[in-house]
Amino acid sequence: MTRLLLVMTRRGATALPGLVALTLEPRLLGTLASGLDHGVACVTGTNGKTTTTRMLAEAAREAGWSPVHNRAGSNLERGIVASLLAATSWGGLVRGDSGLFEVDEASLPRVLAEVSPRVVVVTNLFRDQLDRYHEVDALARRLRAAIASLPPSTILVLNADDPLVTFLADGHPGTVAFFGIDDPTIGGPERQAISDADRCPRCRATLSYRRVVLAHEGDWSCGACGFTRPPRDVAALRVALAADSITLTIAGIAEPLQVPLAGTYNAHNALAALAAARALGIPQAAALRALAAIRPAFGRQESLEVLGRRIRLLLVKNPAGFDAVVSALLATGRRLRLLAALSDRAADGRDVSWIWDCDVERLAAVTEHAVVTGMRGEDLALRFKYAGLARERVTSVAGWRDATRAAIAATPVGGELVILATYTAMQAIRAELARTGHAGQFWED
Amino acid sequence: MDLRITHLYPDLMSIYGDRGNVRTLERRAAWRDIAVEVRSCTVGQTLEPDWADLYFFGGGQDQGQDLVGQDLAGANGGALRLAITGGAAVLAVCGGYQLLGHHYVPGTGPAIPGLGVLDVTTRVEKERFVGNLLAERDGETLVGFENHSGLTYLGASAAPLARVTRGRGNNGKDRTEGAVQGAVIGTYCHGSVLPKNPWLADLLLAWALARRHGAVELTRLDDREESAAHDAAIRAARSRR
Ligand SMILES: [Zn+2]
Repeated sequence: MTRLLLVMTRRGATALPGLVALTLEPRLLGTLASGLDHGVACVTGTNGKTTTTRMLAEAAREAGWSPVHNRAGSNLERGIVASLLAATSWGGLVRGDSGLFEVDEASLPRVLAEVSPRVVVVTNLFRDQLDRYHEVDALARRLRAAIASLPPSTILVLNADDPLVTFLADGHPGTVAFFGIDDPTIGGPERQAISDADRCPRCRATLSYRRVVLAHEGDWSCGACGFTRPPRDVAALRVALAADSITLTIAGIAEPLQVPLAGTYNAHNALAALAAARALGIPQAAALRALAAIRPAFGRQESLEVLGRRIRLLLVKNPAGFDAVVSALLATGRRLRLLAALSDRAADGRDVSWIWDCDVERLAAVTEHAVVTGMRGEDLALRFKYAGLARERVTSVAGWRDATRAAIAATPVGGELVILATYTAMQAIRAELARTGHAGQFWED
Repeated sequence: MDLRITHLYPDLMSIYGDRGNVRTLERRAAWRDIAVEVRSCTVGQTLEPDWADLYFFGGGQDQGQDLVGQDLAGANGGALRLAITGGAAVLAVCGGYQLLGHHYVPGTGPAIPGLGVLDVTTRVEKERFVGNLLAERDGETLVGFENHSGLTYLGASAAPLARVTRGRGNNGKDRTEGAVQGAVIGTYCHGSVLPKNPWLADLLLAWALARRHGAVELTRLDDREESAAHDAAIRAARSRR
């Protein structure tokens, strides 16, 4: 049976063969994963899954491992099966020694029912596209139930700065490794308007914060029931933000680590990857080397040259991700030229109301000019208007080609164009950039 | 001239881009040189019934809805009822709309009593209505995105806000969307509803200003971006459900 499946489905790691194979043999995921010597790590959460998984896979490769991992955009159960099938020989052996998978938050319960991973990483839980995930409280409850059924041998790697994620540790009998940012200069005293955990997940009293990093991430505690930010096993004592990188001083590690990605959110991703690497038994030196050389994943701060302009691509999918990207852009201190694109296909989220929860006001304040486009570009132009961006600084352009060209033309040679786009909009704009004179290859993933 | 807005339970009831509605009321008043002050009121605080001209009440998660339901059963509910009797205008979206009715009957557990200022009752049923929505009111098109599993039925004292032409609306059966009773409006449209429906924003502003300033003629604004987004939402609803 397995052999027939392989003949039928070994056509590369797209989700369709995985779906076919799952239909024919529903327990295939568990069977394939059981052949991996170093075991499986699953990375889930609202934001940072792709980058964290990529960091972890690079760390494993640096240590001489042969990880199997899935590509962004195929993080449902069938995508994971497909990536394993693609690495499987005709004899039915998986060519690889570890499985490092990003898993869609809603799919995690099904995946955990099939595979008992050595490590489960949860990066954060924020409001996401409500038409797909519904409410973050309900999602957190489902994740808790799935995690509570894991064996004690599974190590949980959790974000101590996120109370909803920390709460997932309750009920897990095994080891939990927490990561977090301890630098008192990162984040401020202000409660941010978009927060999904104003209330204690254990007792529903209002949480208090000494410091807010992003949305409900920060140094939190509950005065009513004593639920509080747990001690960090991997802690950044200092996070230095630069325009294109972050430098982390990590407790117990002598040398500061420079990661060539900007933004506080990438500090969280790097800490998550380090903690996960440690839990999997990857030597720390290899993990640190891999992080210092990491390249961005699809639309996550990819940078390229087009017609003499530097172009930076930033995928935005939900309010917390948008605000994290805006914080990173503000840290550069530059006035921005933007191409901003909003679409409403299923992969973008059909409901575009999330843009009203984003802090576009902070972005508008440093925007020199924005070209706005996408299937719902009109909604985005309206959002910029209510955020206070003057009409003469906004140009609405329909069509990917015209919008991309207009944005490049509006950027002086030698200058930088920042592209903010939802998932399918980013795919369309990348294709347009490839046509418009970008000679090099995009990263394959 | 000045306008006072209270955002009800912003910490517990604002998951659907609801902030955009308050932002829109603020900006559209400010563009007309009306001074605006926005305050918030949540569980554990005391609602001052004389202060606000306009209340905004957004959508929430189930657990938030429980806490808010309990709070409205106490003194704050009485204060809000008093404010409405005194002429304040209200916009309630989704969960907020449901809690202004007589009862909200969840899928499991006992019915949550609502404030009863809208003659409507909501029951959670199996199907969830998710998608773009279009509805007509007096020649105006209401555009929005609905996402609810509660089905709302209107009693005799509440009038429908609009007549559904695309999507499901209150209950998917009688083609009604939202409810109006006096100066209280409930709707399932988020998206956010006010930025893309400036006619509705201005209707609420006029009602709210009337409380302390009498009938006010609002100056016309240049709404070209609003119209473009409104038309794009109509196209999206027609082509993509
Ligand atoms: Zn508590």
